[in-house]
Amino acid sequence: MTTTHCPYCALQCAMHLETGPDGRPAARPAPFPTNRGGLCRKGWTSAEVLGVPDRLTRPLLRKDRTGEFTEVDWDTALDHVAERLLALRAEHGPDAVAVFGSGGLTNEKSYTLGKFARLALGTSQIDYNGRFCMSSAAAAGNRAFGLDRGMPFPLTDVGAAEVVLLAGANPAETMPPMMGHLSAPRLIVIDPRRSATARVALDNGGLHLAPRPGTDLALALGLLHLAGVRGWIDRAYLDERTTGFDDAWAHAAAWWPERTEQVTGVPAAHLREAADVLGAAARARSAYILTGRGSEQHAKGTDTVTAWINLALALGLPGREGSGYGCITGQGNGQGGREHGQKADQLPGYRRIDDPAARADVAAVWGVDPDTLPGPGRSAFELLDSLGEGGGARALLLFGSNPVVSAPDSGRVRSRLESLDLLVTADFVLSETAALGDVVLPVAQWAEESGTMTNLEGRVLRRNRAFAPPEGVRTDLEVLAGLAVRLGQPADRFPTEPDTVLAELGRATVGSPADYSGVTPERLAAGEALYWPVRRGAEPTPRLFLDSFAHPGGRARLVPVTHRPPAESADEAFPLIATTGRLMGHYQSGAQTRRVPELAGAEPEVYVEVHPDTAAHAGLGEGDLALVTSRRGATRARVRLEPTARRDTVFLPFHYAGEQAANNLTNPALDPVSRMPEFKVSTVRLEPAPPEPVPLEPAP
Amino acid sequence: MNTVQGARRIVVVGNGMVGARFAEEVARLDPAGERVHVTVVGAEHHPAYNRVLLSGLVAGDYTADQIRLPVPDTPGVTVRTGLSAVSLDAAAHTVTLDDGTRLDYDELVLATGARAAFPPVTGVSAADGAPGEGVCALRDLDDCHRLLALVRPGAPVVVLGGGVLGLEAARGLQSRGARVSVVESSPWIMRRQIDRAAADILRGRYDALGVKVHSWRVASRWIPGTGLELDDGRVLPGDALVVTAGVRGNIELAKDAGIEVEHGILVDDTLATSDARVHAIGDCAQHPGGGAGLVQPGWEQAAVLARRLTGTEPQACYTGSRPVTRLKAEGIELTAFGEVHTDEKDGEDLEMLTVSDPHGGRYAKLVVRDEKLVGSVLLGFPEAAAVLSQLHDSGAPVPADRLALLQGTVPAPAAEEAGARSAPVVCRCNAVTRDDLEQAWLDGARTRESIAAATRATTGCGGCVRDVNALLSGWDTKSPVS
Repeated sequence: MTTTHCPYCALQCAMHLETGPDGRPAARPAPFPTNRGGLCRKGWTSAEVLGVPDRLTRPLLRKDRTGEFTEVDWDTALDHVAERLLALRAEHGPDAVAVFGSGGLTNEKSYTLGKFARLALGTSQIDYNGRFCMSSAAAAGNRAFGLDRGMPFPLTDVGAAEVVLLAGANPAETMPPMMGHLSAPRLIVIDPRRSATARVALDNGGLHLAPRPGTDLALALGLLHLAGVRGWIDRAYLDERTTGFDDAWAHAAAWWPERTEQVTGVPAAHLREAADVLGAAARARSAYILTGRGSEQHAKGTDTVTAWINLALALGLPGREGSGYGCITGQGNGQGGREHGQKADQLPGYRRIDDPAARADVAAVWGVDPDTLPGPGRSAFELLDSLGEGGGARALLLFGSNPVVSAPDSGRVRSRLESLDLLVTADFVLSETAALGDVVLPVAQWAEESGTMTNLEGRVLRRNRAFAPPEGVRTDLEVLAGLAVRLGQPADRFPTEPDTVLAELGRATVGSPADYSGVTPERLAAGEALYWPVRRGAEPTPRLFLDSFAHPGGRARLVPVTHRPPAESADEAFPLIATTGRLMGHYQSGAQTRRVPELAGAEPEVYVEVHPDTAAHAGLGEGDLALVTSRRGATRARVRLEPTARRDTVFLPFHYAGEQAANNLTNPALDPVSRMPEFKVSTVRLEPAPPEPVPLEPAP
Repeated sequence: MNTVQGARRIVVVGNGMVGARFAEEVARLDPAGERVHVTVVGAEHHPAYNRVLLSGLVAGDYTADQIRLPVPDTPGVTVRTGLSAVSLDAAAHTVTLDDGTRLDYDELVLATGARAAFPPVTGVSAADGAPGEGVCALRDLDDCHRLLALVRPGAPVVVLGGGVLGLEAARGLQSRGARVSVVESSPWIMRRQIDRAAADILRGRYDALGVKVHSWRVASRWIPGTGLELDDGRVLPGDALVVTAGVRGNIELAKDAGIEVEHGILVDDTLATSDARVHAIGDCAQHPGGGAGLVQPGWEQAAVLARRLTGTEPQACYTGSRPVTRLKAEGIELTAFGEVHTDEKDGEDLEMLTVSDPHGGRYAKLVVRDEKLVGSVLLGFPEAAAVLSQLHDSGAPVPADRLALLQGTVPAPAAEEAGARSAPVVCRCNAVTRDDLEQAWLDGARTRESIAAATRATTGCGGCVRDVNALLSGWDTKSPVS
């Protein structure tokens, strides 16, 4: 039996893995503070992914995109990739090769991927799918506190609070064991939908505010307004620990309850009640505000999160024991993945690639001249959007991601990927994106290799190898090392042992904001709760900001923000708003969970959740097939009537591919700061689906 | 002043909610001041503030500091307070200020707003037009301070004018402990926004608070220190008289410059006046789509004009708005919009739904034409107001069950309806239904632990532990098969 952590979300529930009575790998829950001995259905069935029938065990190669893949040996595959990369680089320069990573990769892989891009490829063009998850909250957190650790406190702290406000978060669906921490606090849930979490709130005396999608920022400003008017603001704290309240207030002053009601659709009486419930708990220093993707995945996601942080600061929550602000990181290593250099503008240790001191430090660890390190590259959607076009990359190496399903405007992303000269994917199955490419490298899964993950609390965890990978499969680290050598790098620069990489990562982050230099295999194995920063030989940091915030001077900053409408507004042609989200039984692009029969059987196909009135007007009833169309594309989805839905909003889960992909609809309008796409608001029309297949891209 | 060379000069006359918003929009669209340079002049000495919340100041909900509006901090915007524009030379593109200085402009924005209209009642205004003794309007911060100085707890106050502002002020003064009466010369209060039936119930709500409303009564004389004498000879006691009997647009600057005016300064969809370089927004403007008197249309106009004049969207147009009236009076939830005075006999295509509950102090009216909501009055339906006003805005079809709309976003508790597709789920985390649990019990699982081992129920968030225990104890006393 091996004790490790779940392959899926950032809660990183602990689990025991062993061979079951049927001879196949099986998982069961293990005690751990975040999951308290629980697992959701994804965790329980996770071991089934290890044995999926279409598991790849030999590299796939095709030299002609119209032809079929053939199985080849590793040398043939890696030689081919290296040769093509060198040729493209020689012809078009180093930025002709791009790398796309993932918030699912271990810290060691994230780190090595960034190093590989900067040294072996010399490219600035690297980013990752975490851009689609955490970037807005990260940008807002850095702006406010000078540091972004999703939850700057242990999750267990939240369970002791009187009130927890969840803004655009639905943990009852997306990370169910977290709800064990939310059973005692009174919940205020902000979500356009009567989500599973909203139902829990209402069933237990909490509140559910259902704003029109894209108006969360106005809602947060309206609550700050009410906090001010009703006397809940902590003046002494603001004076002592923050700057910028007066400017932030001046913007919130324009959001009196009746106006906020008009824009958000949330009744003024509910706003007043929410402000008082939250304010009273804040006065008792026993309240948390937590944000999720619902607040963040907008073209104004950074400002929306900032508005929630401003509210938290005005109430005196952050940097005190028993209260605070946090964002609920989504992907398994969404936290560690945004710290160690697979982001376009970043070097390991959560440092900027345009910071000369950081460049010098990291270059010294890597044994190179700092001037050889490339500068910042394009953000995730911009990188994908530019592929194959003038100035964009000609080749893409893809690790742990399936962007043709998970990126916005799937039709556009698909056409860009198809225009590449070379698409190389490392994956354990032939994902929808891998299937478009030239080379597919079969890699190990989570339980077949070890490494570290940083969970939603900023705690570094060890994932342990439980089973040997199938014969013929390599780890991502081995793939990168194999390619690096072929690209002319010294072999010892790209170690394949995770612990060796961890030690180097520690050296590369000494003195940085996300200092991992004290994270060692021994401390991890001993079960020490290593919340970063963990300096060498020093205690970990379960709670940040208790004495001061990370900005020079130690104060948190309220940044004035103002509401603006979504990039698209409903009109006659596209009168409804589509918003997207997750289901309990699936994870991200579904590449794993759609292959687990129990999960796929429960939610086998995409659906569109519609208010019965809205459906009736479109001539649709329960179970009918609907065509949902936006300016970008269309999705064919089964109608589910939901009387608690807003009449102006439909919802689609995004775990499905092809004509079922919700991201055929979504809008790649980007946040000016975080470059987060506007996944949560696209305007659509709804009609009965025609019998013929749906074109994946809009007609020219 | 730090003007970027080549930036167009925009002068804004008026630093009220709309003028200040215009400057804020420009600052957002042109943060470096490269396209335009804006100079805002405001007659009041205070920085811009939120006039809409003055009644909240009267009620004691806000302090003057709390209602300040943001002041743009960009190189392209300069705000000068305590200065009035006294004349406009549209041919020379100059505005003269009361300190004798002149401002040249490439584009002029008139956001001069409106002032309180004082009815010609003896004693209400002095010979020079200033308010009489004990009389005050409620248009600006100074009015507010003056009023609060006049009002002591227990003192009688008369509010002249039973429109939105008058009723908000009456509620605010009452909550401060004043004894308030309201006089309205129209047949009913909020004559423009609501129908008579709604007004009757609203009057009842005020009555219950101790605020006497006298509709269809004309004031004949204000007697300082005594009160307001009505046309029927009664005298309503009052230490103070608050005049909220309508407003008059500040159009003189434009009119004297030869720009076309009626009751407001006439503007088209581009918000230009009869002089193409002169624009008007907010309460001083008269657009064919109407809208003066509420802040929302003024702010929309400010946003449109800012996009036009910064060149960020030169084709932006204002085509009118669908304003919503929302009474800000604690404990009284009143929303009104659209056509509410039409009666069924006015047209066959019109459909009306009314709910009248005088005892409960509630009233609702929905006016529907061609399956679209064209107007509504909602008194005491706080959950429904937002849904209905967005339905009005979007022009979406009204659902068949009109009455259900009044219940707001949440129809009947429908938590389990979704579950009706299949057997009721007890453990959501692991998709365990009641039937699954029953089967496990029949197979011999008798404890929560053995049920968990057999079905995984309770092993996710733990939220169903209570339900599983309850099922178990029920089954332990009798067979689960019913």
